[in-house]
Amino acid sequence: MKDEAENLSDGSSRRNFLKKVGVGVGAISVAGIAGSSLLKGNEAKAKSGNLVKLLSPEGKLVEVDQDDIQSPKDIQPAKNETVEEHKLEARAGLPNRKFAMVIDLARCKNARKCVEACQEGHLLPKDHEWMRLYLLQDDNTTAKYWFPRPCFHCDKPMCVSVCPVGATFKRADGIVLIDNQRCIGCKFCMTGCPFSARVFNWKDPEVKVPEGHVYDPETNIPATEGTVGKCVFCADKLRLGELPRCVSACPMGVIYFGDILEDTVTNGNETERFSKLMLDRAGYRYREELGTLPSVYYLPPTQRMFPVESGLEDTEKSIKDRYKNVGPR
Amino acid sequence: MEADRKLISDLTPEIEKTSIKWYVTFFILFAIFSVGVYGLYQQISKGHIVTGMRDNVVWGFYIVNFIFFMGLSYSGALISGVLHLFHTGWRKPIIRMAELITIISLIIGPFFIFFCIGRLDRLHFLFLYPRIQSPITWDVIAIITDLAGCFLYLYLSFIEDFAILRDYPDLKVAPWKKKLYKTLSLGFTGTEQQHKILSNARMVMAAMVIAIAIIVYSVLAWIFGVTLQPGWHSTIFGPYFVIAAVFSGTGLLIILMWIFRKIYHLEEYITQRHFVNVGVLLTVIAAFYGYFTFSDYLTKWYGSIKMDSILIDKLFTDYYSLFIFANYIGILLPCIIIAFPKFRTIPNITIAAIIAVTALWVNRYIIVIPTLETPFLPIQDTRPDWITYSPTWVEWSLTFAGVSVFAMLFMLVSKIAPIISISEMQEKDKNEILK
Repeated sequence: MKDEAENLSDGSSRRNFLKKVGVGVGAISVAGIAGSSLLKGNEAKAKSGNLVKLLSPEGKLVEVDQDDIQSPKDIQPAKNETVEEHKLEARAGLPNRKFAMVIDLARCKNARKCVEACQEGHLLPKDHEWMRLYLLQDDNTTAKYWFPRPCFHCDKPMCVSVCPVGATFKRADGIVLIDNQRCIGCKFCMTGCPFSARVFNWKDPEVKVPEGHVYDPETNIPATEGTVGKCVFCADKLRLGELPRCVSACPMGVIYFGDILEDTVTNGNETERFSKLMLDRAGYRYREELGTLPSVYYLPPTQRMFPVESGLEDTEKSIKDRYKNVGPR
Repeated sequence: MEADRKLISDLTPEIEKTSIKWYVTFFILFAIFSVGVYGLYQQISKGHIVTGMRDNVVWGFYIVNFIFFMGLSYSGALISGVLHLFHTGWRKPIIRMAELITIISLIIGPFFIFFCIGRLDRLHFLFLYPRIQSPITWDVIAIITDLAGCFLYLYLSFIEDFAILRDYPDLKVAPWKKKLYKTLSLGFTGTEQQHKILSNARMVMAAMVIAIAIIVYSVLAWIFGVTLQPGWHSTIFGPYFVIAAVFSGTGLLIILMWIFRKIYHLEEYITQRHFVNVGVLLTVIAAFYGYFTFSDYLTKWYGSIKMDSILIDKLFTDYYSLFIFANYIGILLPCIIIAFPKFRTIPNITIAAIIAVTALWVNRYIIVIPTLETPFLPIQDTRPDWITYSPTWVEWSLTFAGVSVFAMLFMLVSKIAPIISISEMQEKDKNEILK
């Protein structure tokens, strides 16, 4: 893996590079998300001759032969590792990655598809929301806006500092995960997190886990009574080179996901330079003053695509009631 | 080792015989304790859903009780440690009680942490995978050290008494008790050298327990102080918690002095003088404690930091009566009662102490709960129990179980050992002490 990293940094061969990062046809946006360890054999092969245009991480348009491109599906990791080996890998994280999320508040209309996809994907009980939708208003004089809140995967995570047993940890790729087979349920991380990102399994979650499923901190399935759970940035999907479930599920393209090292984020349809997006749209992080350095950035709700009230139109009553008393905070 | 018969039967009223009253009281306490055990069984079998805690208020009664009981353990460290170091004569009849409060509350306190933990079966992970950057790990180290230190300190004060009981010819106790005294007195015969060693050791431990106790309670405060939560994130919390702990420990000492004086007819040994002296101590501590409380809330209230304002608003609306009781009545009333000499009767001082201890418990409650009810991101929920915390019967039952165990342990100790140090009350000291 070290060699590959060096290869990447000296940029000797673009074709080689693209092969290594495994960009999928029609999924250009996923550029660089798949793990670089997922390397296809180097044996020589006849080329198809069909050239495909791709956007390189530097923002240049390049043409490569179709056969040099690997779909993320082809390059899944060997699944013959033991549970303990995988747990170690899940603690280490993907090498040479620094994941980040950008949430465009101008597009959010409380469709809640992100919440549903997350609950479905992680077999969460109905009342557990790792992704939560807030309706915020900063002051009487300012506007209300919808505010999706995943875990912020902070670079200075208070939850990780205060955990007495190392059940929650920060990976090299920036993701903060929980090993719920290690968690003792002291809930100190929940009081430590200033963003209420963590949920507790107050009772047996009673979820049907597929047969033969093995616990994996990257999905946190199955949830265990007496332990803490939270958004995992879909670390399992990232390992496969796919986008997190909430990103793919959002019909408005609110959520961008990507790699800060590659300076690229995508919502599945549009791919943007992370730095340019921040600059053009004045991106910010929630409560920067707390100094936890979140990996989740927000784009302010300017020139909105939907009026804020539209977020309450097709919502069921129990959800609507949550926002009854929303006022300045 | 010699001691007069009267002293022994006065100070060890329960060693030779067990009164009906003792059995009845113990049975009642045990019944209360059993309800707590049933509550715990419910909690373990059904999950923490049977408590009032939910995702916002993740710490409730259990943590409040934990810091409360740990605070009570201060009475031994301060009263006994400080008074010992300064050779205060009048301390002698009451230090044993103070030291017992320390040990017993130190044993009970951590149990409330066990009740609060979601996976009790993984408790040993604290030792298998400890992470030193977590204040909980600091706490584990500090509490274990404190327990060991206080236990040693208490034991040192017992050695001479055990020797007296061992040597007393016609003590009508079971043979196993005799044997126990023989073992526990470690061959102490009262030679000059033994006295010197023992007295030196007690001096060192007196200084140690003060230091350890300050560390333990500061660490406890930092569990809250290091977080970013409004109301908790405060530099003053370490010393504030230490003072609060001494306050409650002193208050409890007065209450126990009253109870033991009444039940075991110790009027001769525990006099009004002791109540006044400890009462004055309580007043001085109350002044400090009130000052810390005031400083903490004043700075939060005066500024315009939004989260602090929201918290203060909550304290002065939803928690108004509790706030007034804990931080005004609970501090000022004991001061007023004890400050005026004409109010200083034994019942009055005891009432002041009861108010002080209760108010301190409420003070812990309004430090822990309202902060958790005002997270940075507003609670937007339709489930009432997710929005406001209210304890369930399980939490109440375990709280009362804690109190009953406290009393039961005191009763059990009184069956084996003197509740006022016999050796300290020997005739030669007695005149000096009681005058």
